[in-house]
Amino acid sequence: MTTVVDSTVNPLAGYEDEERGLEPAGRGNGKRPRGGQRFSRQLLWFALPALVFYVFVVVVPTLRGGLLAFTNWDGLSQAYEFIGIDNFVRVFTEPAALQALGTTLIIAAAITVFQNLIGLLLALGVNSRIKSRNVLRVVFFAPVVITPVVVAYLWKFMLTPEGAVNSALGGLGLGSLQQDWLGNPTLALVSVIFVAVWQNAGFSMVIFLAGLQSIPQELMEAAEVDGAGAWRRFRSVVWPLLAPATTINLMLTVIAGLKMFSEVFVLTGGGPGTATQTLSTLIYKSAFQFNEFAYSIALALVLAVIVAVISGAQYRLANRKDQF
Amino acid sequence: MGRYTVKTLGLEVVMYLAAIVFIFPVYILLNLSFRPSNDQASPVVPLTSPTIDNYVNAWNEAGLAQALLNSAIITIVSVTLTVVISSLAAYPLARVTSRLSTGVFWLILAGLLIPFQVALIPLYQTIRDLGLLGSIWSLVIFYAGLQVPFSVFLYTGFLRTLPRDYEEAASLDGAGQLRTFVSVVFPLLRPITGTVVILNAIAVWNDFLVPLLYLSGTTQQTITVALYSFVGQYVSNWPIVFAGLVISIIPVLLVYFLLQKHIIQGFAGGLKG
Repeated sequence: MTTVVDSTVNPLAGYEDEERGLEPAGRGNGKRPRGGQRFSRQLLWFALPALVFYVFVVVVPTLRGGLLAFTNWDGLSQAYEFIGIDNFVRVFTEPAALQALGTTLIIAAAITVFQNLIGLLLALGVNSRIKSRNVLRVVFFAPVVITPVVVAYLWKFMLTPEGAVNSALGGLGLGSLQQDWLGNPTLALVSVIFVAVWQNAGFSMVIFLAGLQSIPQELMEAAEVDGAGAWRRFRSVVWPLLAPATTINLMLTVIAGLKMFSEVFVLTGGGPGTATQTLSTLIYKSAFQFNEFAYSIALALVLAVIVAVISGAQYRLANRKDQF
Repeated sequence: MGRYTVKTLGLEVVMYLAAIVFIFPVYILLNLSFRPSNDQASPVVPLTSPTIDNYVNAWNEAGLAQALLNSAIITIVSVTLTVVISSLAAYPLARVTSRLSTGVFWLILAGLLIPFQVALIPLYQTIRDLGLLGSIWSLVIFYAGLQVPFSVFLYTGFLRTLPRDYEEAASLDGAGQLRTFVSVVFPLLRPITGTVVILNAIAVWNDFLVPLLYLSGTTQQTITVALYSFVGQYVSNWPIVFAGLVISIIPVLLVYFLLQKHIIQGFAGGLKG
């Protein structure tokens, strides 16, 4: 706040130089209508550096990608031919791509349901009167900041046949539940989902917790006075008021689930066989193992459209619900 | 408000059980990383003769020192760059009400929807042609551009809740636009700058796919890529691998436990908008 005082030092100072002379002289001293008109259009130059980086890194490559998806570019040679929509036809006809599409949707759906369910339960738990709530909040959130690659390696070891999970099950007298978690196609899929939920449940918890803490205490007390039980209070007071947090959580988990890469890549590499191959790992493999760059970009575009459509639909649905 | 009842105690116990599920893998991680390589006991059994050999080996074999340094440089430079260019851009985008301003704002926000995989591969070619493949600066440029949409989104949202009185006072006092921004607006943005820094820094430090593409196979590696190639070599020697994993997450966990309140608030606050 001391900096505010600084600016009183030198009225009419010649700062125009620093602004590349963009502010017409004397303009700042004219009359000042309220609102946005006062801010001269020249101020927009401030957006230029960000725009340069953004256009170079995101806009131009995305547009080029959109174009290259209709070619047979292999990523190495400069030459390529336009082959129409062949790459997209492949995405929707080739069994490998269709399977990856299905797996991606299954993973995203499962993560969305379980991560938010567990996140909500954890949030309700640490929002209660228990003594350890502050410590537990830190514990549950910690996996969120740990590098996904590290988490994936850690669980990869835990889930080997001789790993810690089977050892722990044996120690608890549950030896019959021991499995080759990453070797069995179905269990590998379950394991990938479990690890992702383990890592990110704390994230959903924090969003729900922020929602819970914005609920006025009087409302809860009034409901209690009226004789509403715990479930009734949750159903009629907490859940409706959590709607914004739920919306944000659902959108973010769906997007993260659809795009998830590190966990799958490290944990299973898409295997066993192709059981856990997702669009993200297939995009990587197509480009960098099979040199089918154009096809890989087509896959990425399909993923982009899926992400946009699903999150757009969620957004509209949520906004309609919030009207009530 | 209420009292600590038997029910609360029950809940407390249930929450402890949940916490065990979260802590158990970390216990295994530490337990195994201090264990001699020839110790064949079950990973669950507490270690009997702790050793730091695994850490020494991992440190020497995996090139973790260089990788940690690279990750630190990439994270610090790219996040600083992001903060500067995004806050600078958000100021006019939140204040100027021209059609151009709105257009630029939506162009930037469109980036929130585009999954970066589409851009990643064409950009790989551009970076290769520029001779930046294998240089950590390729990542700095990449992250600075990639993080613009989300950061501008957070900054403009925050700016719109700020009254204009301070800026108007500053310009009445004769401060130019840049001066007003640097000494008045930017300091007022501090809370949201915290969120931008935390979210972007964690994302950059933890990223795997981009450095895997742009840096792998070179001497310049980030910590995630270094771990990836290290595990590839020592795949069956889990104690050494685990020591490497522990080393790599120490900086993150240190920052997390020191700043946990701000970090958790940053995550929650950044997403309310």
